[in-house]
Amino acid sequence: MDFTPLFNPETMAVIGMSMHNDQHPANVILNKNRLRFPVKVFPVNPSGGTYQGEKVYKNIREVPGPVDLAVVAVRADMAPDTLRDCIKSGVKGAVVVSGGFAEVGKANLQEEMVRLAREADFPFLGPNCLGIYNPARADTFFLPPERMVRPEPGGVAVVSQSGGILVDQMIKFADEGIGLSLGISIGNKALIREIHLLDYLAKDEKTNVIGFYIEGFSPGEGRSFAQAARACPKPVIVMKSGKSAEGSRAVSSHTASLAGDYRVFSSILEQAGVVEAKNEFEFVAFCESLGCYKMNITGRVGIVTGSGGHGAMAVDACLAQGLEVPVLGKSLQDGMKGKVNRSIRNIASFANPVDLTGSAVDDDFVHVVEVLSRSDEVDVILILLLPYIPGMSSDLSARLSQVYLKTGKPIVAYIPHVEKYRMFIEGFELNRIPVSHSIEGGVFMVEAMRRYRSC
Amino acid sequence: MLTEQMKKIITDAESSGWVMEPEAKALFREAGLPVPRFAWAKTVEAAAGFANDTGYPVVAKIVSPKVVHKSDVGGVVAGIRSEVELRNAFERLRGLDGFAGVLVEEMVAGIEMILGAKNDAQFGPVVLLGMGGTGVEVYNDVAIRMAPLDERDVADMLPCLKGYKLLKGYRGQPAVDMAALSETVIGFSRLLMDLEPYFESIDINPLMCSPEGCVIADARIILRKEK
Repeated sequence: MDFTPLFNPETMAVIGMSMHNDQHPANVILNKNRLRFPVKVFPVNPSGGTYQGEKVYKNIREVPGPVDLAVVAVRADMAPDTLRDCIKSGVKGAVVVSGGFAEVGKANLQEEMVRLAREADFPFLGPNCLGIYNPARADTFFLPPERMVRPEPGGVAVVSQSGGILVDQMIKFADEGIGLSLGISIGNKALIREIHLLDYLAKDEKTNVIGFYIEGFSPGEGRSFAQAARACPKPVIVMKSGKSAEGSRAVSSHTASLAGDYRVFSSILEQAGVVEAKNEFEFVAFCESLGCYKMNITGRVGIVTGSGGHGAMAVDACLAQGLEVPVLGKSLQDGMKGKVNRSIRNIASFANPVDLTGSAVDDDFVHVVEVLSRSDEVDVILILLLPYIPGMSSDLSARLSQVYLKTGKPIVAYIPHVEKYRMFIEGFELNRIPVSHSIEGGVFMVEAMRRYRSC
Repeated sequence: MLTEQMKKIITDAESSGWVMEPEAKALFREAGLPVPRFAWAKTVEAAAGFANDTGYPVVAKIVSPKVVHKSDVGGVVAGIRSEVELRNAFERLRGLDGFAGVLVEEMVAGIEMILGAKNDAQFGPVVLLGMGGTGVEVYNDVAIRMAPLDERDVADMLPCLKGYKLLKGYRGQPAVDMAALSETVIGFSRLLMDLEPYFESIDINPLMCSPEGCVIADARIILRKEK
């Protein structure tokens, strides 16, 4: 099945829009795409006529030219016939937004759609989903545009069984400056499931990291997902819910008792090189980090700070994750000490955390990070950058980014996220250095690189 | 591929829902996995005959379709050093529920591991490897991977165990034979792919691991209820 027109539509029909109700989900989709996206949109309603001055087509067969994507928002019992019409008219794919299928016990309706689609090799998402958000082309989410928070276009694709979780992750991505290539809500995933999207996104040029929110796999599907993830050349991040749900089982064997459903899920995905995020904080941090660095580290962290307290907190968070914060060798410490200005030479500490104190200036940080970057005693540097230190200028983060570009040693930063410090944050992010709004988030970014195993 | 003998063992066990220790060991032996010398003795004479041939010490274990966890009902007598002890043990085991004979086998020593399998709904056959013995669920020190496994998978699993230090040789003890352990785990994982239509879960517990190799000291196969 070819998903390309479905996810990158030039033309879109919205079937089931209302002639009278502007708040109808289909009308929201119609309007936002007409006003804000390059996709060409055709409204479809059996009564025909005009809506907001535009011709309304009575059915999909009347719509001129090839239609890449049909958004189906009709009643559930009419959905199979609508899909049949789409197939007959040469539409290339559909998003079935409507609910009222398997989730309310009417699995037969969605099974009929699956049968039609398989026969015709016709891809559709849903039913009971938000569909796709492609920042460059189209948006089938039935949410008013002024209510949505849109991340920048970028390299992370997110696939979610839950539409709400997807919308929330997009808000968090926007907040953290993470760019999105494609957001896909799969709802009841009657036809297109996680495994198909993993295969598609592995080849999608705009995507360099693939994130999933998964509630569960159908029988046998976990195995094919794990095999595909193992072969995938891009980082795959999975966040799972329903971890505590254990099916009823006889406790006749120790193995069955020890190998609970979630433990198996988690172990097998790890075996496949998937990075599992235990919660939303990890998910966002992992997406940001692996979007910048597609590399595996052993997890020896060098911490650079201007505040002893931040250094101590970061050490605790690293150790809690099982990361190492090694005491640096004497010659390395001397090397850093020799590069900082005289006034802090005897008050700073270089053992790790490297605490340059609140009296440090830009050059001190840049020189120390440069020396540390060229050492093999650490494989990643966590910078706790506090823009309120008086000797620090807003050039610092961009200068530190240059050190990464020169030396190749990955840098992860913590900066408090308030509007006032945006220039510091962008100095890193625009140079593809990940920045977290919390110390712990920065540590998660490091952890992502340790968990990621390329094949 | 399952052999005719393996298929017969499974078919014969279908009515009880699980394959008892002697038959499970026979199946694993057929698959080339290491099992100790043993006999399934229905009479005390047969038990004594086997032990006298093999040499003492031996272990005697209840065989009963009603007893899944033998230790829980006093169904295991280890360290039997003479025919008199063996006859006493046999008489005591005869009193247990569902008595269908006694498994007499040579004593094997080593670190107790568990090698298990689960036929997972989402992932199919998965292998569990960890620290075993009667306290297996207390230690809860196991690693899980999707079958079939290769050498790299096993090499990844072992360091995940807290007990890995024991296996490598702790406080002057010699290390267990890692190559033999790896070979056993890989062979077991391949067998699972053939057993997939039939099994629900498998316990090999303990798998006795020593510098001399590893041996399946106890085993059971729980069969799938529906196929």
